[in-house]
Amino acid sequence: MTPPTPSAAAPLELTDESVEKSTTSPSPKGSESRSPGRLAWNRFKRDRTGVISACIVIFFFAIALAAPLIAKVYGKDPYTTYASQRPELLNAFAYPAGPNGGMSSEFWFGIEPQLGRDVFTFLLYGIRTSLGIALAATLLTTLLGVVVGVTAGYLGGKTDYLVGRFIDILLSFPSTLFFIAFMPVIYGLFVAPDDNIPTWLRAAALIIVLSAFGWASIARLLRGQVLGLREREFVEAAKVTGASPQRIVFKELLPNLWTPIIIQSTLMLPAFVTAEAGLAFLGVGIIDPTPDWGVMIQRGAQFYTEDFTFMLFPGLAMVIFVLAFNLLGDSVRDALDPKSKR
Amino acid sequence: MSTTTPLLDVSGLTKHFPIKGGFPIRRTVGAVQAVDGLDFQVGEGESLGLVGESGCGKSTTGRLVTRLLEPTAGRISYRGQDITHASRTQLAPVRSEIQMIFQDPYASLNPRQTVGKIISGPMEINGINPTGGREARVRELLEIVGLNPEHYNRFPHEFSGGQRQRIGVARALALEPKLIVADEPVSALDVSIQAQVVNLLQKVQRELGIAFLFIAHDLAIVRHFSQRVAVMYLGKIVEIADRDELYGNPRHPYTRALLSAVPEATVDDVPRERIRLVGDVPSPINPPTGCRFRTRCWKATEKCATEAPPLVQAEGNKPGHLTACHYPETHEATVPAGRLAKDPGAAA
Repeated sequence: MTPPTPSAAAPLELTDESVEKSTTSPSPKGSESRSPGRLAWNRFKRDRTGVISACIVIFFFAIALAAPLIAKVYGKDPYTTYASQRPELLNAFAYPAGPNGGMSSEFWFGIEPQLGRDVFTFLLYGIRTSLGIALAATLLTTLLGVVVGVTAGYLGGKTDYLVGRFIDILLSFPSTLFFIAFMPVIYGLFVAPDDNIPTWLRAAALIIVLSAFGWASIARLLRGQVLGLREREFVEAAKVTGASPQRIVFKELLPNLWTPIIIQSTLMLPAFVTAEAGLAFLGVGIIDPTPDWGVMIQRGAQFYTEDFTFMLFPGLAMVIFVLAFNLLGDSVRDALDPKSKR
Repeated sequence: MSTTTPLLDVSGLTKHFPIKGGFPIRRTVGAVQAVDGLDFQVGEGESLGLVGESGCGKSTTGRLVTRLLEPTAGRISYRGQDITHASRTQLAPVRSEIQMIFQDPYASLNPRQTVGKIISGPMEINGINPTGGREARVRELLEIVGLNPEHYNRFPHEFSGGQRQRIGVARALALEPKLIVADEPVSALDVSIQAQVVNLLQKVQRELGIAFLFIAHDLAIVRHFSQRVAVMYLGKIVEIADRDELYGNPRHPYTRALLSAVPEATVDDVPRERIRLVGDVPSPINPPTGCRFRTRCWKATEKCATEAPPLVQAEGNKPGHLTACHYPETHEATVPAGRLAKDPGAAA
């Protein structure tokens, strides 16, 4: 007769507990809050692809940031032509003498054909340049897109109409052709035809041109979001209490727009990395002695039939980075916006 | 009530929404006459119910009174002060006295703000610093509306619909208003929750002496909540009266038809006859001439098509009972048999 007693008591206790829970609060923990951001972070942590991608992306940014430090420890720099001091590094056809593109304990990723620069540091600095430009372009694009999109959406009417048509024109523009045709014109505005174009000007021009064409899509997206949000009752509630337009935009609308903004910019950055590399490859972006991802691939394309290793490292690095960043963008979207799951 | 200046005085209030069309140059091609010449008053601490079917302009009226929309014509005055076209800065002193409770508790709270921020927001905007601090005041408000003050740091998604609506009420109360426009505050809630929220609003009205403009399409709730009731049809008030007078002695055919459609819970009663309105509500873009109800009215005559009936005290009405009809109903008046339908509930 002893066993039934605890089994009868157990469910009783259980029901008591559940009743107590449901009456006191919807969640078990007292006054602890679960903010939308916190929930998204919890969802993100459960997404293995996202976490791995994030690690890879962070790794790339870390090595880009620490490139000078790594180069110092490693003892080489991306500008010295090591082959001119030690001709034995290259063979008679100016290709690396050693196997696998001259990979050795001294030159980890081998040496460059013809000039004999160190591939490892060149790649490190190349990633640094490319990521720097892409990051700056992304930030500028996002800022421009948010300002224009939110303004157009919030003001509506004529402003919205004009901005909308302008975005239409911008999006129908063949931007790659424009870059190729107009980059020399932009340089010409600042530098006399015979002078060398300083690298900072090339970088700044790239950032500006990439942003000038990039903001339109994010502006259009946010405009649509704002159009939907500003009719929501919580915006009306803020208006009823006398909130100023600035307060409505910054306190009521913007916090609800972070999701599309973050998703768009995480998907935009890898696109800018490839675009920047593409322009460098075509010779209108960053050019040779400056280390850059696109420059490396362009150089590699000249030699790949003879020395595939030189092409392999920058190419592989870029594929890994862009893939990881895109997967990260997808994971971020899934975490922030769980309803949009594929 | 009528001897002193009313809290809110609305006269000839009109809102037409322009319809834009045409290509390539967009111009106004017509107007939705959402609200067309409303006159009503709300006294201090009084609750005026505004009923009517969807699309009749109830919500537009609420949004005009809170000045979320700009009136096309007419006059809104609050305590004798004209606020019809006041700008945001001019409105500032009145803002805190006229607040609003919204229909959809899922859309009316910013999902990215904590409950504490949502309720203290109005105080922050208006620079109100209650003794003991805003947080203490928010906790007090949460307690008034029957929520746990410890939920201060929670986000709206952690609450149910009824709880969210209580948060909305707390936000409206934060500024200690004199008038609350409640735009269908319970129609989005479960029936079991509706009563709780209505009782909360009633408690608030009684204990804090707040006047209400209570917009609803549920006649039973309005009867429970409002001392006076106005019935709207297609942008116009067709009848306005004290509660018991309106429900007991409806003079407008539309009011009578509406009341006959209210389901009754009694089973063994004599089967009640329901007045069936034929056809649809006409478009507010092109409303009928004269009386707007004439297209569905069983008493419509030539006169109704040419002459719009004014909202006046019909013969035999008590003071304050105004009806806009050329041929007011009486208790004995019969409705043509073709317009009557058996109560479907009773038939079953």
